[in-house]
Amino acid sequence: MRRRGVSDALYQEIILDHYKHPHGRGLREPYQAEAHHVNPTCGDEVTVRVLVKDGLVEDVSYDGAGCSISQAAASVLYELVHGRPLTDAMARHEAFLTLMSGRGQVEPDEELLADGVAFAGVARYPARVKCALLPWMAFKDATARAMAEEATAS
Amino acid sequence: MAGLGEFSVEKVRQDFPILERSVNGYPLVYLDSANTSQKPRAVLDAMTEHLERHNANVARSVHTLGTESTAAYEGARAKVAAFIGAAAPEEVVFTKNATEALNLVAYSFGQRLGPGDEIVISELEHHSNIVPWQLLCERTGATLRWFRLTDEGRLDLSTLDELVNERTRIVSIAHVSNTLGTVNPVAPVVKRAHEVGALVMLDGSQAVPHLPVDVTALGIDLLAFTGHKMLGPTGIGVLWARASVLEDLPPFLAGGSMVETVTLEGTTFLPPPARFEAGTPPIVEAVGLGAAVDYLSALGMDAVAAHERHLTTYALDALSTVDGLRIFGPTVPVDRGGTLSFELAGVHPHDVGQVLDSVGVQVRVGHHCARPTCVRFGVPAMTRASVHVYTTTDEIDALVRGLERVRKVFS
Repeated sequence: MRRRGVSDALYQEIILDHYKHPHGRGLREPYQAEAHHVNPTCGDEVTVRVLVKDGLVEDVSYDGAGCSISQAAASVLYELVHGRPLTDAMARHEAFLTLMSGRGQVEPDEELLADGVAFAGVARYPARVKCALLPWMAFKDATARAMAEEATAS
Repeated sequence: MAGLGEFSVEKVRQDFPILERSVNGYPLVYLDSANTSQKPRAVLDAMTEHLERHNANVARSVHTLGTESTAAYEGARAKVAAFIGAAAPEEVVFTKNATEALNLVAYSFGQRLGPGDEIVISELEHHSNIVPWQLLCERTGATLRWFRLTDEGRLDLSTLDELVNERTRIVSIAHVSNTLGTVNPVAPVVKRAHEVGALVMLDGSQAVPHLPVDVTALGIDLLAFTGHKMLGPTGIGVLWARASVLEDLPPFLAGGSMVETVTLEGTTFLPPPARFEAGTPPIVEAVGLGAAVDYLSALGMDAVAAHERHLTTYALDALSTVDGLRIFGPTVPVDRGGTLSFELAGVHPHDVGQVLDSVGVQVRVGHHCARPTCVRFGVPAMTRASVHVYTTTDEIDALVRGLERVRKVFS
Protein backbone atom coordinates (compact mmCIF):
# COMPACT_ATOMS: atom_id res chain seq x y z
CA MET A 1 0.00 0.00 0.00
CA ARG A 2 1.47 3.33 -1.00
CA ARG A 3 2.20 5.60 1.95
CA ARG A 4 -0.18 8.54 2.05
CA GLY A 5 2.43 11.24 1.97
CA VAL A 6 2.47 14.94 2.45
CA SER A 7 1.86 15.43 -1.26
CA ASP A 8 -1.55 13.79 -0.98
CA ALA A 9 -2.60 15.25 2.31
CA LEU A 10 -1.28 18.77 2.12
CA TYR A 11 0.43 19.71 -1.11
CA GLN A 12 -2.35 18.83 -3.50
CA GLU A 13 -1.73 19.61 -7.18
CA ILE A 14 -4.36 22.34 -7.04
CA ILE A 15 -2.54 24.14 -4.24
CA LEU A 16 0.86 23.87 -5.92
CA ASP A 17 -0.68 25.12 -9.16
CA HIS A 18 -2.13 28.20 -7.46
CA TYR A 19 1.26 28.75 -5.81
CA LYS A 20 3.19 28.58 -9.08
CA HIS A 21 0.57 30.37 -11.18
CA PRO A 22 -1.28 32.70 -8.81
CA HIS A 23 -4.50 34.24 -10.07
CA GLY A 24 -5.05 37.98 -9.78
CA ARG A 25 -1.73 38.64 -8.09
CA GLY A 26 -0.43 42.20 -7.81
CA LEU A 27 -1.62 45.31 -6.05
CA ARG A 28 -4.00 47.38 -8.20
CA GLU A 29 -5.71 50.75 -8.17
CA PRO A 30 -8.29 52.01 -7.51
CA TYR A 31 -9.03 50.57 -4.08
CA GLN A 32 -10.82 51.70 -0.95
CA ALA A 33 -8.89 49.99 1.81
CA GLU A 34 -5.80 47.91 2.32
CA ALA A 35 -4.77 45.49 5.06
CA HIS A 36 -1.31 44.09 5.73
CA HIS A 37 -1.19 40.87 7.71
CA VAL A 38 1.85 39.02 8.97
CA ASN A 39 2.44 35.61 10.48
CA PRO A 40 5.50 36.28 12.62
CA THR A 41 6.14 32.63 13.47
CA CYS A 42 6.98 31.60 9.94
CA GLY A 43 7.49 34.85 8.07
CA ASP A 44 4.39 34.80 5.84
CA GLU A 45 3.00 38.19 4.92
CA VAL A 46 0.27 39.44 2.60
CA THR A 47 -1.24 42.80 1.63
CA VAL A 48 -4.85 42.81 0.39
CA ARG A 49 -6.72 45.70 -1.22
CA VAL A 50 -10.45 45.79 -1.86
CA LEU A 51 -12.74 47.85 -4.01
CA VAL A 52 -16.45 47.39 -3.22
CA LYS A 53 -19.08 49.13 -5.39
CA ASP A 54 -22.84 48.74 -5.07
CA GLY A 55 -22.47 45.66 -2.93
CA LEU A 56 -20.11 43.98 -5.39
CA VAL A 57 -16.46 43.11 -4.78
CA GLU A 58 -15.32 44.91 -7.88
CA ASP A 59 -11.67 44.15 -7.26
CA VAL A 60 -9.55 42.38 -4.72
CA SER A 61 -5.81 42.62 -5.30
CA TYR A 62 -2.95 41.27 -3.26
CA ASP A 63 0.77 40.82 -2.96
CA GLY A 64 2.94 39.02 -0.47
CA ALA A 65 5.76 36.68 0.39
CA GLY A 66 5.42 33.42 2.17
CA CYS A 67 4.90 29.70 2.11
CA SER A 68 3.01 27.90 -0.62
CA ILE A 69 -0.10 27.48 1.53
CA SER A 70 -0.44 31.19 2.30
CA GLN A 71 0.22 32.34 -1.24
CA ALA A 72 -2.00 29.70 -2.86
CA ALA A 73 -4.78 30.66 -0.44
CA ALA A 74 -4.53 34.25 -1.68
CA SER A 75 -4.90 33.09 -5.26
CA VAL A 76 -7.97 31.00 -4.39
CA LEU A 77 -9.40 33.95 -2.47
CA TYR A 78 -9.18 36.04 -5.63
CA GLU A 79 -10.95 33.35 -7.65
CA LEU A 80 -13.75 33.00 -5.12
CA VAL A 81 -14.62 36.62 -4.34
CA HIS A 82 -13.55 38.68 -7.32
CA GLY A 83 -16.61 40.18 -9.01
CA ARG A 84 -19.03 38.57 -6.53
CA PRO A 85 -21.67 40.18 -4.38
CA LEU A 86 -20.19 41.09 -1.02
CA THR A 87 -22.67 38.89 0.87
CA ASP A 88 -21.60 35.97 -1.32
CA ALA A 89 -17.92 36.72 -0.67
CA MET A 90 -18.46 36.78 3.10
CA ALA A 91 -20.37 33.48 2.91
CA ARG A 92 -17.37 31.92 1.18
CA HIS A 93 -15.09 33.45 3.79
CA GLU A 94 -17.22 31.86 6.49
CA ALA A 95 -17.15 28.48 4.73
CA PHE A 96 -13.37 28.55 4.32
CA LEU A 97 -12.89 29.52 7.95
CA THR A 98 -15.13 26.63 9.03
CA LEU A 99 -13.18 24.22 6.84
CA MET A 100 -9.86 25.38 8.31
CA SER A 101 -11.09 25.16 11.89
CA GLY A 102 -12.52 21.69 11.45
CA ARG A 103 -9.35 19.61 12.02
CA GLY A 104 -10.10 17.66 8.87
CA GLN A 105 -13.55 16.57 10.09
CA VAL A 106 -15.50 19.11 8.04
CA GLU A 107 -16.79 18.13 4.59
CA PRO A 108 -16.05 21.07 2.27
CA ASP A 109 -18.82 22.67 0.21
CA GLU A 110 -17.53 22.41 -3.35
CA GLU A 111 -20.17 24.82 -4.67
CA LEU A 112 -19.09 27.57 -2.34
CA LEU A 113 -15.38 26.85 -2.21
CA ALA A 114 -14.43 25.50 -5.67
CA ASP A 115 -10.61 25.09 -5.64
CA GLY A 116 -10.70 25.94 -1.95
CA VAL A 117 -11.68 22.32 -1.21
CA ALA A 118 -8.08 21.37 -1.92
CA PHE A 119 -7.23 23.02 1.39
CA ALA A 120 -9.27 20.45 3.32
CA GLY A 121 -6.07 18.55 4.17
CA VAL A 122 -4.47 21.68 5.60
CA ALA A 123 -6.91 21.58 8.50
CA ARG A 124 -5.11 18.50 9.80
CA TYR A 125 -1.86 20.46 10.15
CA PRO A 126 -2.53 23.01 12.92
CA ALA A 127 0.70 24.85 12.20
CA ARG A 128 -0.46 25.57 8.63
CA VAL A 129 -4.04 26.68 9.35
CA LYS A 130 -2.82 30.21 10.08
CA CYS A 131 -1.02 30.23 6.75
CA ALA A 132 -4.16 29.37 4.80
CA LEU A 133 -6.24 31.92 6.68
CA LEU A 134 -3.75 34.78 6.39
CA PRO A 135 -5.04 36.31 3.12
CA TRP A 136 -8.66 35.68 4.11
CA MET A 137 -8.21 37.53 7.39
CA ALA A 138 -6.55 40.39 5.54
CA PHE A 139 -9.47 40.42 3.08
CA LYS A 140 -12.00 40.57 5.92
CA ASP A 141 -9.98 43.33 7.58
CA ALA A 142 -9.70 45.39 4.39
CA THR A 143 -13.38 44.94 3.62
CA ALA A 144 -14.39 46.05 7.12
CA ARG A 145 -12.27 49.17 6.72
CA ALA A 146 -13.72 49.86 3.28
CA MET A 147 -17.27 49.58 4.65
CA ALA A 148 -16.44 51.82 7.61
CA GLU A 149 -15.04 54.45 5.24
CA GLU A 150 -18.20 54.26 3.13
CA ALA A 151 -20.36 54.65 6.22
CA THR A 152 -18.52 57.77 7.42
CA ALA A 153 -18.41 59.25 3.91
CA SER A 154 -22.16 58.98 3.34
CA MET B 1 35.70 6.79 26.77
CA ALA B 2 36.70 10.15 28.25
CA GLY B 3 40.11 11.39 27.23
CA LEU B 4 40.29 9.16 24.16
CA GLY B 5 39.25 12.07 22.01
CA GLU B 6 36.26 10.28 20.54
CA PHE B 7 33.23 8.22 21.44
CA SER B 8 31.03 5.71 19.66
CA VAL B 9 27.94 7.47 18.33
CA GLU B 10 26.16 4.13 17.96
CA LYS B 11 26.70 3.45 21.65
CA VAL B 12 25.60 6.94 22.59
CA ARG B 13 22.42 6.60 20.54
CA GLN B 14 21.47 3.53 22.54
CA ASP B 15 21.31 5.75 25.62
CA PHE B 16 18.54 7.89 24.09
CA PRO B 17 15.19 6.03 24.11
CA ILE B 18 13.41 8.48 21.80
CA LEU B 19 15.78 7.77 18.93
CA GLU B 20 14.01 4.46 18.38
CA ARG B 21 10.91 6.28 17.25
CA SER B 22 9.58 6.52 13.74
CA VAL B 23 7.81 9.60 12.41
CA ASN B 24 5.26 9.40 9.57
CA GLY B 25 6.51 5.92 8.77
CA TYR B 26 10.18 6.93 8.58
CA PRO B 27 12.98 6.58 11.13
CA LEU B 28 13.24 9.69 13.29
CA VAL B 29 15.98 12.04 12.11
CA TYR B 30 16.11 14.64 14.84
CA LEU B 31 17.98 17.70 13.60
CA ASP B 32 16.51 20.27 15.96
CA SER B 33 18.80 19.98 19.00
CA ALA B 34 19.49 23.72 18.97
CA ASN B 35 15.82 24.05 19.85
CA THR B 36 15.90 21.37 22.52
CA SER B 37 18.11 18.32 22.98
CA GLN B 38 17.01 14.74 23.57
CA LYS B 39 17.58 13.18 27.00
CA PRO B 40 19.67 10.11 27.87
CA ARG B 41 18.20 7.44 30.10
CA ALA B 42 20.68 8.40 32.84
CA VAL B 43 19.01 11.80 33.14
CA LEU B 44 15.50 10.33 33.12
CA ASP B 45 16.49 7.74 35.73
CA ALA B 46 18.16 10.29 38.00
CA MET B 47 15.01 12.41 38.02
CA THR B 48 12.68 9.48 38.59
CA GLU B 49 14.91 8.17 41.36
CA HIS B 50 14.93 11.54 43.07
CA LEU B 51 11.15 11.80 43.00
CA GLU B 52 10.73 8.17 44.09
CA ARG B 53 13.27 8.15 46.92
CA HIS B 54 14.43 11.64 47.93
CA ASN B 55 11.66 14.06 47.20
CA ALA B 56 11.30 16.92 49.68
CA ASN B 57 11.70 20.66 49.67
CA VAL B 58 15.21 22.04 49.95
CA ALA B 59 16.94 24.30 52.43
CA ARG B 60 14.05 24.58 54.83
CA SER B 61 13.78 21.13 56.37
CA VAL B 62 15.48 19.62 59.41
CA HIS B 63 14.30 16.15 58.49
CA THR B 64 16.12 13.39 56.65
CA LEU B 65 14.30 13.61 53.33
CA GLY B 66 14.85 17.37 53.24
CA THR B 67 18.53 16.91 53.94
CA GLU B 68 18.85 14.33 51.16
CA SER B 69 16.98 16.53 48.70
CA THR B 70 19.10 19.55 49.60
CA ALA B 71 22.26 17.51 49.18
CA ALA B 72 21.08 16.45 45.72
CA TYR B 73 20.21 20.01 44.71
CA GLU B 74 23.44 21.51 46.03
CA GLY B 75 25.35 18.57 44.60
CA ALA B 76 23.98 19.50 41.17
CA ARG B 77 25.10 23.08 41.73
CA ALA B 78 28.63 21.90 42.48
CA LYS B 79 28.65 19.68 39.38
CA VAL B 80 27.60 22.57 37.16
CA ALA B 81 30.21 24.85 38.72
CA ALA B 82 32.98 22.34 38.10
CA PHE B 83 31.72 21.71 34.55
CA ILE B 84 32.20 25.35 33.56
CA GLY B 85 35.39 25.95 35.55
CA ALA B 86 33.81 28.25 38.13
CA ALA B 87 35.81 29.18 41.21
CA ALA B 88 33.06 28.04 43.59
CA PRO B 89 29.55 26.53 43.55
CA GLU B 90 28.21 29.75 45.11
CA GLU B 91 28.86 31.48 41.81
CA VAL B 92 26.16 29.34 40.18
CA VAL B 93 22.55 30.56 40.36
CA PHE B 94 19.79 28.22 39.22
CA THR B 95 17.02 29.85 37.18
CA LYS B 96 14.27 28.29 35.10
CA ASN B 97 16.08 28.89 31.79
CA ALA B 98 18.68 31.08 30.07
CA THR B 99 16.05 33.69 29.27
CA GLU B 100 15.40 34.19 32.98
CA ALA B 101 19.15 34.37 33.67
CA LEU B 102 19.57 37.09 31.04
CA ASN B 103 16.55 38.97 32.36
CA LEU B 104 17.97 38.74 35.88
CA VAL B 105 21.15 40.50 34.84
CA ALA B 106 19.36 43.07 32.68
CA TYR B 107 17.05 43.88 35.57
CA SER B 108 19.41 43.75 38.54
CA PHE B 109 22.56 45.13 36.95
CA GLY B 110 20.54 47.50 34.82
CA GLN B 111 18.82 49.15 37.76
CA ARG B 112 21.70 51.49 38.39
CA LEU B 113 22.16 52.52 34.75
CA GLY B 114 20.96 55.79 33.33
CA PRO B 115 21.28 58.24 30.44
CA GLY B 116 24.81 58.23 29.07
CA ASP B 117 25.40 54.57 29.93
CA GLU B 118 25.76 52.14 27.04
CA ILE B 119 25.02 48.45 26.58
CA VAL B 120 26.49 46.52 23.65
CA ILE B 121 24.89 43.42 22.11
CA SER B 122 25.00 42.10 18.55
CA GLU B 123 22.97 41.58 15.40
CA LEU B 124 23.08 37.80 15.83
CA GLU B 125 21.55 37.61 19.28
CA HIS B 126 18.56 35.53 20.32
CA HIS B 127 15.61 37.68 21.34
CA SER B 128 16.26 36.78 25.00
CA ASN B 129 19.53 38.72 24.74
CA ILE B 130 17.91 41.65 22.93
CA VAL B 131 14.49 42.40 24.36
CA PRO B 132 15.44 42.60 28.08
CA TRP B 133 18.06 45.22 27.14
CA GLN B 134 15.59 47.14 24.99
CA LEU B 135 13.14 47.25 27.88
CA LEU B 136 15.93 48.25 30.26
CA CYS B 137 16.97 51.14 28.03
CA GLU B 138 13.37 52.29 27.81
CA ARG B 139 13.14 52.26 31.61
CA THR B 140 16.49 53.88 32.41
CA GLY B 141 17.41 56.00 29.39
CA ALA B 142 20.60 54.01 28.74
CA THR B 143 21.64 53.45 25.11
CA LEU B 144 21.67 50.10 23.32
CA ARG B 145 24.37 49.53 20.70
CA TRP B 146 25.08 46.65 18.35
CA PHE B 147 27.97 44.73 16.87
CA ARG B 148 27.12 44.34 13.18
CA LEU B 149 27.71 41.18 11.17
CA THR B 150 29.98 40.55 8.22
CA ASP B 151 28.49 38.87 5.14
CA GLU B 152 30.10 35.68 6.41
CA GLY B 153 28.06 35.89 9.60
CA ARG B 154 30.86 36.83 11.97
CA LEU B 155 31.01 39.77 14.34
CA ASP B 156 32.41 42.85 12.67
CA LEU B 157 35.12 43.80 15.13
CA SER B 158 36.50 46.65 13.06
CA THR B 159 34.46 49.07 15.19
CA LEU B 160 35.28 47.36 18.50
CA ASP B 161 37.17 50.25 20.07
CA GLU B 162 34.44 52.75 19.20
CA LEU B 163 31.54 50.48 20.07
CA VAL B 164 33.03 49.43 23.43
CA ASN B 165 34.15 52.65 25.10
CA GLU B 166 34.26 54.44 28.46
CA ARG B 167 30.47 54.75 28.50
CA THR B 168 29.96 50.99 28.05
CA ARG B 169 28.73 49.25 31.22
CA ILE B 170 28.17 45.75 29.87
CA VAL B 171 28.74 43.79 26.69
CA SER B 172 26.38 40.84 26.28
CA ILE B 173 26.86 38.53 23.31
CA ALA B 174 26.26 34.94 22.30
CA HIS B 175 29.24 32.62 22.55
CA VAL B 176 27.79 30.56 19.68
CA SER B 177 25.02 31.81 17.36
CA ASN B 178 21.77 29.82 17.40
CA THR B 179 21.16 30.48 13.71
CA LEU B 180 24.51 30.92 11.97
CA GLY B 181 26.59 28.55 14.08
CA THR B 182 29.28 31.22 14.41
CA VAL B 183 31.61 30.81 17.36
CA ASN B 184 32.33 34.37 18.42
CA PRO B 185 35.82 35.64 19.29
CA VAL B 186 35.51 36.16 23.03
CA ALA B 187 39.11 37.12 23.86
CA PRO B 188 39.35 40.45 22.00
CA VAL B 189 35.91 41.50 23.27
CA VAL B 190 36.84 40.67 26.88
CA LYS B 191 40.16 42.47 26.55
CA ARG B 192 38.57 45.66 25.24
CA ALA B 193 35.61 45.57 27.63
CA HIS B 194 37.83 45.19 30.68
CA GLU B 195 40.07 47.99 29.40
CA VAL B 196 37.11 50.36 29.68
CA GLY B 197 35.70 48.85 32.86
CA ALA B 198 32.72 47.11 31.28
CA LEU B 199 31.41 43.68 32.26
CA VAL B 200 31.19 40.86 29.71
CA MET B 201 28.28 38.42 29.71
CA LEU B 202 28.06 35.49 27.33
CA ASP B 203 24.87 33.76 26.28
CA GLY B 204 26.26 30.24 26.39
CA SER B 205 23.04 28.40 25.50
CA GLN B 206 24.49 27.02 22.25
CA ALA B 207 28.08 26.78 23.53
CA VAL B 208 28.06 24.94 26.86
CA PRO B 209 26.33 21.85 25.39
CA HIS B 210 28.75 21.60 22.47
CA LEU B 211 32.27 22.64 23.45
CA PRO B 212 34.45 22.97 26.56
CA VAL B 213 33.59 26.26 28.28
CA ASP B 214 35.87 27.44 31.08
CA VAL B 215 34.71 30.75 32.52
CA THR B 216 38.03 31.34 34.27
CA ALA B 217 40.05 30.77 31.09
CA LEU B 218 37.63 32.91 29.06
CA GLY B 219 37.96 35.72 31.57
CA ILE B 220 34.28 36.63 31.34
CA ASP B 221 32.15 38.05 34.13
CA LEU B 222 28.79 36.38 33.59
CA LEU B 223 27.45 33.37 31.68
CA ALA B 224 23.87 32.28 30.98
CA PHE B 225 22.91 28.85 29.70
CA THR B 226 20.10 26.32 29.89
CA GLY B 227 19.69 22.68 30.86
CA HIS B 228 17.31 21.50 28.17
CA LYS B 229 19.79 22.15 25.36
CA MET B 230 22.50 20.10 27.08
CA LEU B 231 20.67 16.81 27.50
CA GLY B 232 18.96 17.98 30.69
CA PRO B 233 15.29 18.66 31.34
CA THR B 234 13.41 21.88 30.63
CA GLY B 235 12.77 24.20 33.56
CA ILE B 236 16.39 24.65 34.71
CA GLY B 237 18.82 27.32 33.62
CA VAL B 238 22.03 28.74 35.00
CA LEU B 239 23.46 32.16 35.62
CA TRP B 240 27.11 32.00 36.54
CA ALA B 241 28.89 35.17 37.62
CA ARG B 242 32.15 35.98 39.37
CA ALA B 243 31.55 36.21 43.10
CA SER B 244 32.30 39.93 43.29
CA VAL B 245 29.85 40.63 40.45
CA LEU B 246 27.10 38.54 42.01
CA GLU B 247 27.68 40.07 45.44
CA ASP B 248 26.93 43.49 43.98
CA LEU B 249 23.61 42.64 42.33
CA PRO B 250 20.29 43.49 44.01
CA PRO B 251 17.54 40.85 44.03
CA PHE B 252 15.42 40.14 40.94
CA LEU B 253 12.53 37.92 42.00
CA ALA B 254 11.55 38.23 45.64
CA GLY B 255 9.87 35.93 48.11
CA GLY B 256 10.83 33.02 50.29
CA SER B 257 14.24 31.36 50.41
CA MET B 258 16.14 34.52 49.47
CA VAL B 259 15.55 36.52 52.62
CA GLU B 260 17.49 36.78 55.85
CA THR B 261 15.00 38.60 58.06
CA VAL B 262 11.56 39.94 57.13
CA THR B 263 9.93 42.61 59.31
CA LEU B 264 7.10 45.01 58.79
CA GLU B 265 9.69 47.77 58.42
CA GLY B 266 11.91 46.09 55.91
CA THR B 267 13.76 43.00 54.82
CA THR B 268 17.37 41.89 54.53
CA PHE B 269 18.55 39.49 51.89
CA LEU B 270 20.70 36.39 51.83
CA PRO B 271 24.03 36.35 50.03
CA PRO B 272 24.25 34.81 46.55
CA PRO B 273 23.28 32.37 45.19
CA ALA B 274 20.27 32.16 47.50
CA ARG B 275 19.55 35.87 46.98
CA PHE B 276 18.53 35.05 43.42
CA GLU B 277 16.61 31.83 44.05
CA ALA B 278 13.24 32.98 45.35
CA GLY B 279 10.63 30.37 46.07
CA THR B 280 10.83 26.63 45.66
CA PRO B 281 13.44 26.01 42.99
CA PRO B 282 13.27 23.46 40.15
CA ILE B 283 14.72 20.72 42.38
CA VAL B 284 14.30 17.55 40.36
CA GLU B 285 15.22 19.52 37.25
CA ALA B 286 18.50 20.53 38.87
CA VAL B 287 19.14 16.88 39.67
CA GLY B 288 18.46 16.10 36.00
CA LEU B 289 20.91 18.79 34.92
CA GLY B 290 23.52 17.32 37.27
CA ALA B 291 23.04 13.93 35.62
CA ALA B 292 23.35 15.57 32.18
CA VAL B 293 26.62 17.15 33.28
CA ASP B 294 27.82 13.73 34.41
CA TYR B 295 26.86 12.23 31.03
CA LEU B 296 28.65 14.94 29.04
CA SER B 297 31.69 14.79 31.32
CA ALA B 298 31.92 11.04 30.77
CA LEU B 299 31.96 11.60 27.01
CA GLY B 300 34.47 14.42 27.48
CA MET B 301 33.70 17.85 26.05
CA ASP B 302 36.80 17.70 23.84
CA ALA B 303 35.37 14.55 22.28
CA VAL B 304 31.94 16.18 21.99
CA ALA B 305 33.50 19.15 20.19
CA ALA B 306 35.51 16.87 17.89
CA HIS B 307 32.38 14.89 16.99
CA GLU B 308 30.58 18.12 16.20
CA ARG B 309 33.47 19.40 14.09
CA HIS B 310 33.36 16.18 12.08
CA LEU B 311 29.60 16.47 11.55
CA THR B 312 29.82 20.16 10.66
CA THR B 313 32.50 19.53 8.05
CA TYR B 314 30.46 16.64 6.64
CA ALA B 315 27.24 18.66 6.60
CA LEU B 316 28.76 21.75 4.95
CA ASP B 317 30.10 19.45 2.27
CA ALA B 318 26.87 17.52 1.82
CA LEU B 319 24.67 20.59 1.69
CA SER B 320 26.89 22.13 -0.97
CA THR B 321 25.71 19.34 -3.30
CA VAL B 322 22.09 20.50 -3.10
CA ASP B 323 21.16 22.75 -6.04
CA GLY B 324 19.93 26.16 -5.06
CA LEU B 325 20.86 25.84 -1.40
CA ARG B 326 22.43 28.85 0.32
CA ILE B 327 23.98 28.52 3.77
CA PHE B 328 23.82 31.45 6.18
CA GLY B 329 26.86 32.00 8.32
CA PRO B 330 30.39 30.67 7.83
CA THR B 331 30.75 28.04 5.12
CA VAL B 332 34.06 26.77 6.45
CA PRO B 333 34.22 24.59 9.57
CA VAL B 334 36.43 27.04 11.45
CA ASP B 335 34.97 28.75 14.53
CA ARG B 336 31.72 27.32 13.33
CA GLY B 337 29.38 24.94 15.13
CA GLY B 338 26.89 22.39 13.91
CA THR B 339 23.90 24.69 13.60
CA LEU B 340 23.17 25.10 9.90
CA SER B 341 20.62 27.60 8.68
CA PHE B 342 19.92 27.73 4.98
CA GLU B 343 17.51 28.65 2.25
CA LEU B 344 16.42 26.52 -0.69
CA ALA B 345 15.84 28.73 -3.72
CA GLY B 346 12.19 29.21 -4.55
CA VAL B 347 10.82 27.27 -1.58
CA HIS B 348 9.65 28.91 1.61
CA PRO B 349 11.19 27.46 4.78
CA HIS B 350 7.77 26.53 6.07
CA ASP B 351 7.28 24.26 3.08
CA VAL B 352 10.81 22.86 3.36
CA GLY B 353 10.19 21.92 6.98
CA GLN B 354 6.82 20.38 6.15
CA VAL B 355 8.11 18.07 3.42
CA LEU B 356 11.15 17.11 5.52
CA ASP B 357 8.81 16.23 8.39
CA SER B 358 6.84 13.98 6.07
CA VAL B 359 9.97 11.84 5.68
CA GLY B 360 10.85 11.90 9.38
CA VAL B 361 13.40 14.73 9.31
CA GLN B 362 12.76 17.24 12.09
CA VAL B 363 14.14 20.73 11.51
CA ARG B 364 13.09 24.17 12.64
CA VAL B 365 11.79 26.91 10.36
CA GLY B 366 11.06 30.56 10.96
CA HIS B 367 13.14 33.33 12.40
CA HIS B 368 14.46 31.21 15.30
CA CYS B 369 13.90 33.98 17.83
CA ALA B 370 16.60 35.91 15.97
CA ARG B 371 14.70 38.19 13.65
CA PRO B 372 17.49 40.81 13.32
CA THR B 373 19.76 38.07 11.94
CA CYS B 374 17.16 37.14 9.31
CA VAL B 375 16.72 40.79 8.39
CA ARG B 376 20.49 41.20 8.10
CA PHE B 377 20.57 38.46 5.48
CA GLY B 378 17.45 39.70 3.73
CA VAL B 379 15.13 36.77 4.42
CA PRO B 380 11.86 36.53 6.34
CA ALA B 381 12.74 33.09 7.64
CA MET B 382 15.35 30.33 7.53
CA THR B 383 15.36 26.55 7.69
CA ARG B 384 17.67 25.29 10.44
CA ALA B 385 19.22 21.87 11.05
CA SER B 386 21.31 21.33 14.17
CA VAL B 387 23.38 18.46 15.56
CA HIS B 388 24.30 17.01 18.94
CA VAL B 389 26.17 14.05 20.43
CA TYR B 390 23.68 11.52 19.03
CA THR B 391 23.67 12.84 15.43
CA THR B 392 25.19 10.70 12.67
CA THR B 393 26.42 11.40 9.16
CA ASP B 394 23.63 9.05 7.95
CA GLU B 395 21.18 11.58 9.33
CA ILE B 396 22.86 14.35 7.36
CA ASP B 397 22.45 12.14 4.28
CA ALA B 398 18.74 11.76 5.11
CA LEU B 399 18.46 15.55 5.30
CA VAL B 400 20.03 15.89 1.84
CA ARG B 401 17.68 13.23 0.41
CA GLY B 402 14.78 15.06 2.01
CA LEU B 403 15.84 18.33 0.43
CA GLU B 404 15.94 16.68 -2.99
CA ARG B 405 12.36 15.58 -2.38
CA VAL B 406 11.42 19.14 -1.43
CA ARG B 407 12.77 20.40 -4.74
CA LYS B 408 10.80 17.73 -6.60
CA VAL B 409 7.52 18.65 -4.92
CA PHE B 410 8.01 22.32 -5.69
CA SER B 411 9.61 22.06 -9.12
